[in-house]
Amino acid sequence: MAANDIVVSAIGVHKEYRMGSEVVHALDGIDIDIYRGEYLSLMGPSGSGKSTLFNMIGALDQPTKGDVFIEGENMAQLTMEQLAWIRCNRMGYIFQSFNLLIVMTALENVTLPMIFAGLSPKQREERGKELLSIVGLGDRWSHRPTELSGGQQQRVAIARALANDPDIVLADEPTANLDTKTGREIINLLKELNESQNVTIVSATHDLKMLDVSDRVVYIRDGKVEQIRARDEIDIHVGSLAGEHE
Amino acid sequence: MEQQAQSDSAIRSQIRLPFSEAVRISFQSLKIRFWRSIITTLGILFGIAFLVAVISGNTIEAAVQADETQTVDSLAQEAEPSIPPHQVWLVIMSLIVCVVGISNAMLMSVTERFREIGTMKCLGALDRFVVLLFLLESSLQGLAGAIAGSIVGTLFALLVNLRAAGWSLWRVFYQFPWFTDVNGAPLGVAPVILIGCLVGMALAVIGAAGPAFRAAKMPPVEAMRVEV
Ligand SMILES: Nc1ncnc2c1ncn2[C@@H]1O[C@H](COP(=O)(O)OP(=O)(O)OP(=O)(O)O)[C@@H](O)[C@H]1O
Ligand SMILES: [Mg+2]
Repeated sequence: MAANDIVVSAIGVHKEYRMGSEVVHALDGIDIDIYRGEYLSLMGPSGSGKSTLFNMIGALDQPTKGDVFIEGENMAQLTMEQLAWIRCNRMGYIFQSFNLLIVMTALENVTLPMIFAGLSPKQREERGKELLSIVGLGDRWSHRPTELSGGQQQRVAIARALANDPDIVLADEPTANLDTKTGREIINLLKELNESQNVTIVSATHDLKMLDVSDRVVYIRDGKVEQIRARDEIDIHVGSLAGEHE
Repeated sequence: MEQQAQSDSAIRSQIRLPFSEAVRISFQSLKIRFWRSIITTLGILFGIAFLVAVISGNTIEAAVQADETQTVDSLAQEAEPSIPPHQVWLVIMSLIVCVVGISNAMLMSVTERFREIGTMKCLGALDRFVVLLFLLESSLQGLAGAIAGSIVGTLFALLVNLRAAGWSLWRVFYQFPWFTDVNGAPLGVAPVILIGCLVGMALAVIGAAGPAFRAAKMPPVEAMRVEV
């Protein structure tokens, strides 16, 4: 895996929301390349456009102007079915509010994307249980989300995101609903997966704990990329940034 | 070249939801929201019971009267319409109550699950999977409610006539209107039960279709943004 192997690239991405006569420029010309195997954090104040960019990169929404390429394919040129296929097979999503299906057990949540991908029941159960034990919930597979703590639910969500061996896992504020300690555990788990399974991770966050584990940090402000910093640069600046953003 | 090859592979390996899995998921969904499901099912049950009781009640009553007329004097009786005009509106009302009740129940069940629908679409579900799941749920409820409703309605019609006609109802039994009524119309007790079941299923699907299609068409991010 070469360091310059690009998984996702956004080129001149704009997103406008029309609210009556007013136009909100949520994204204002974003250019960004995401490399295979890296841990990338999107940082920025509330309302800066992190979630909007997350949706564009994740093939969940289309830009008003500009293009998003995932594995070299232009998202604007795909049919609904192809987009669904990409969401199912190439992407894994983790959300702030976990978004597990409450009628299903942990195992069923993890295996749902595998049903869509066409795996057999036996393959699904095997892989589902394996993923749950990777995230440390091997013995809780039969529990429903209401029987799990927030941190455990987020672990199930992480296992589900990995269901179909995605090229990239996107996490939008995965620690925002968790206490500091649990948040730290989730971040460590994501980092571990990033290193051991070589999954590309893109995480939108306010959480400064994320800085330690990120290979690169992209700072977003008012829908623009303010600056991009690599790991070694962050370590020098982390103190002053912590002061600046708290 | 490479882009072309990838598009092809994306087209070839379709996203799928086997029917058996869809049934399993719908069933589970109903089971876990047990009381909510029971209330929707009861709505269908009452609507269909009413419909079946009105039609079968007429059929049985006409059969009893025809029997009495024959015994007292064998004058040719005047053929009455199978469903008297003053009762047609009752039948129509019961159907409307059914559709409105089911639509309302489905609308609520869809609205409170927008986030779930958005999540499923993020995991790769196609619009038609979402529609399929909701229609399956409602037709399972429709079937259960309609079968129970038809039985309840028929029993009710029998009891009412037994009270009104007394023992003469039993004399009718050897020519009980199982399949056709006195006019030969296919409104005997058995076909009415069948009609009740079909109508119940159809109403459940019609009532659920609107909300289900609307929910399925929502883009995933929008569906998940909705706070309920
Ligand atoms: N569906 C929408 N309709 C209208 N405006 C929107 C919509 N989604 C986002 N916006 C606007 O776009 C801008 C960027 O929003 P976004 O959610 O991307 O911010 P964010 O960086 O994720 O913020 P936070 O850290 O609070 O989650 C905001 O001004 C927001 O009001
Ligand atoms: Mg956000």
